[in-house]
Amino acid sequence: PSQVVPGADPSARQLCFAWGPAEVLVCETLFGRRGGSPSRAGVRCVVGSGDGGQSSSRVFVVRKDQDIYIQTLRKLFNESHGIFIGLQRSEEELAGKSRRAQLIQVSKNYRSVMRACMEDMHQAAISTRDPALQSQYSTQVSILSAMELIWNLCEILFVEAAAAGPLLLRLLDWVRLHICDVDNMVREVLSSENPSKHELFWNVVDVFVLQGRMDEARHLLSKEASANPTSVNMYKILDDLMKKMPMPSLGNTQTLTEMELKWQHWHEECQRYLQDGTFASNSHMESICKILLGDEDAILEKKELMTTWYHFLVTRLLYSHPTVKPMELRFYAQSSMDLFLGGESSPEPLDTILMAAFEFEMHQVIKECSIALSNWWFVAHLTDLLDHCKLLQSHNLYFGSNMREFLLLEYASGLFSHHSLWQLGVDYFDHCPEYGRVYLELHIERIPLNTEQKALKVLRICEQRQMHEQVRSICKIMAMKALRNNRLGSALSWSIRAKDAAFATLISDRFLKDYCERGCFSDLDLIDNLGPSMLLSDRLTFLGKYREFHRLYGEKRFSEAARLLLMLMTAHIAPCSFWMTLLTDALPLLEQKEVVFSAEQTYELMRCLEDLTAQKSNKQKFQDEDVETMKVEMLRLALARNLARVIVKEGTLEGS
Amino acid sequence: QDNRLSIWSVGDLGNAGVNGEYQGEPQLLCDIRHNGDVMDMQFLDQERIVVASSTGTVTVFRHHQNNQTLSANHRWEKAHYHVDQDTSCGGAACTGVICNNPEIVTVGEDGRINLFRADQKDAVRTIDNADSSTLHAVTFLRTTEILTVNSIGQLKIWDLRQQRNEPSQIFSLTGDRVPLHCVDRHPNQQHIVATGGQDGMLSIWDIRQGTIPVSLLNAHEAEMWEVHFHPSNPDHLFTCSEDGSLWHWDTSTDVSEKPSFLHQGGRSTAYFSHNTINQSVVSAWLSNDPTKDRMEITNLIPNQTLSVNSLDILGPCLVYGTDAEAIYVNRQLFA
Repeated sequence: PSQVVPGADPSARQLCFAWGPAEVLVCETLFGRRGGSPSRAGVRCVVGSGDGGQSSSRVFVVRKDQDIYIQTLRKLFNESHGIFIGLQRSEEELAGKSRRAQLIQVSKNYRSVMRACMEDMHQAAISTRDPALQSQYSTQVSILSAMELIWNLCEILFVEAAAAGPLLLRLLDWVRLHICDVDNMVREVLSSENPSKHELFWNVVDVFVLQGRMDEARHLLSKEASANPTSVNMYKILDDLMKKMPMPSLGNTQTLTEMELKWQHWHEECQRYLQDGTFASNSHMESICKILLGDEDAILEKKELMTTWYHFLVTRLLYSHPTVKPMELRFYAQSSMDLFLGGESSPEPLDTILMAAFEFEMHQVIKECSIALSNWWFVAHLTDLLDHCKLLQSHNLYFGSNMREFLLLEYASGLFSHHSLWQLGVDYFDHCPEYGRVYLELHIERIPLNTEQKALKVLRICEQRQMHEQVRSICKIMAMKALRNNRLGSALSWSIRAKDAAFATLISDRFLKDYCERGCFSDLDLIDNLGPSMLLSDRLTFLGKYREFHRLYGEKRFSEAARLLLMLMTAHIAPCSFWMTLLTDALPLLEQKEVVFSAEQTYELMRCLEDLTAQKSNKQKFQDEDVETMKVEMLRLALARNLARVIVKEGTLEGS
Repeated sequence: QDNRLSIWSVGDLGNAGVNGEYQGEPQLLCDIRHNGDVMDMQFLDQERIVVASSTGTVTVFRHHQNNQTLSANHRWEKAHYHVDQDTSCGGAACTGVICNNPEIVTVGEDGRINLFRADQKDAVRTIDNADSSTLHAVTFLRTTEILTVNSIGQLKIWDLRQQRNEPSQIFSLTGDRVPLHCVDRHPNQQHIVATGGQDGMLSIWDIRQGTIPVSLLNAHEAEMWEVHFHPSNPDHLFTCSEDGSLWHWDTSTDVSEKPSFLHQGGRSTAYFSHNTINQSVVSAWLSNDPTKDRMEITNLIPNQTLSVNSLDILGPCLVYGTDAEAIYVNRQLFA
């Protein structure tokens, strides 16, 4: 179905558009209709800002799938998702009858969800005061009702594949369930004080007869008989005929041929009574008898009571071919529709769909439904169910996947444009073997992550499916956001989740930068408690160890601190840029009253210093070269002094 | 987005049917629009509910029971924000809220802890940058102390009487710093704390001793969103998770070993007094080997599909909500 974009006027401005995953962006260009060749440079898709005398350009976002935003349909999507998953997980090993029973149950579950949704929608339509909303709800109710009608028929013909005999009974149930236009009338007559005197009395009796509700018809007729003693005889005969009418049975109590024989016999009896003129004096009863005989004209007279051609079809079958076989339905269906519509009106989409079902053209049914409905929900789930019934030959569509997968992919893609229903879409993609994963990978990265909890949910989905690229990319996005907001701990937590060493290095550099600028560490609770995650990146390890050095120093455990400091440099854990800082940190240790560094260690320190200055002399001169030179000088002096002291100390014998 | 705060009625607790089944579906009594996702909420008192929003706002709603309406009573905008309160347009999500009438404590993705009083316009106290990572949940330890858990696997105790902005104690997991998402304290024995992590692990801590958990129980296959001790029956613990399951942890000892009057207490009135009975089960949660002490663990959800985000329990009633936009009520928990 085509959509009109309100406000976009192609006659006033030239429009350009771009496709998105679930939306189309339409925007007005700067060019009016009068001319000018549209060039890329001329297109300005900015909302609001104008240009000279021209009015501002607007951008329209056209969503493909409007239905997912209807509040009352959400129950339908959520519940059917549960049923879908249950079906995919159900036992494939069950064969024959038990499998079929299982599939019928699934179909019934889908239908009951549709009905529940209809009920909610109906309630909403009644209780709302906004006329636009009310009409929208009412339309939705009728669409849902039509969908349930079609699904029910498909269940009878395809899922259950009812055979001749039970087929008619199912069709009768189907008609009774869905022709509700007459319910009010029936209720009115039944609840009136004197039903037989009601003007619509005979209409109601006819309705019962047309729908094969013999017991109810007989019950009403008995009231008429008691009120009208003259027709008692006629009534008794009619009642008897109706009581004796043979019906197909569900169990195995009679074979089809038995039933046919009985029916033939009964049919002849009715014929006799009619021809004898038994009912001549009462036109109502006579017409009922004609209906019992399957007289098409008599049935057609009651058109308004039947309201639809498929009701007519079922009534016809009931009274002329009760043992109709499934494959014969198509002939009766076509002729019923022609007779009923009588060339006055043309078939509506619903009629074409039902006709396709009666003709057992499953693909046609699905195709027509796809065209008629605005949303993929119905065809996706129905096709999936039929596929599980092994009824759809996998005829490959030209772009590779089969019909079931195609429809499920379309439906799930629609779900992904919704801020909350996308979670349902994930499971649908999971059950599309060919393209599901690719679609999921593309869609999952586009979900807006406005809270951490949502990001965690998305990540869990990706991790469960080994989508490592997506995990890394999402963690990077969240870590970057955290970093920009100065949440260094959060950023680190995200990089740990993604095992992203590069990002961990970035965060550590940030910490170290802060330290250099401020002279103290921020977020000590994080650095002090890194634990094993320290090993994620070298820089992070350095950060942890460096902080440990400070702690040791603070606790006056100087020799341990000294050892750690040295190790940081010699083991090359510290980045070269930090060596100067580390050496400067060594100064107070060198100046201690107690000698801290041993001779070995002092030699090591000197070596480090020389390495550092050697590198520096190769580089260009810095501005604060003087400060640098002074630092180096101080270090050299302190190291020399320490060396002197330690040589003496180590050379001295203890005690003597 | 149309997010709403709703109040539902699940029928009278006293009106169980013949078989004890609940009568009918929950009825929606009233609802009100809410700006942003509802991250956490708690009843402040009989009529007021405090709600934490993903926009960083904390709102107190009042439920008027006479005409069944909800109204926003008080709002603290930008209770949680990133970097600069005035310039930040998005705000930071407020992830947890806990009430002890009239005090309300909130924590958020900005690592901030706020202490509000129900009727005061401004925060009584704010600890900025209390944590360098996201604070996921908060609960009261004592009336002046709170517990928080964060996304680098730390459990912290904060003493609100003290003016310094440092936690009084930090606990952390051994091994990997897996983020902790939820925390709850044992109702009677205040040194027993349970936390749930991102890997679905349930940790039981004894905060009197040590800085590492007493026991680690491998529970769910994905993030554990909420953990709750049963308020009146604390031998029972409930956890729910992203993997779609809700587990009932039962450390109560065998019925046959209980003294007779406890047995007669029945299911609906499980109010044990705080004396000798509790002494015998005092170590149930703190023991290291759940199998030895007959801990029963049951998954209460038969067909799990989507995440169970939140749960709550009161008496024999359990309520939980899932990502399939469904709320389930179980009124016969101990039947």
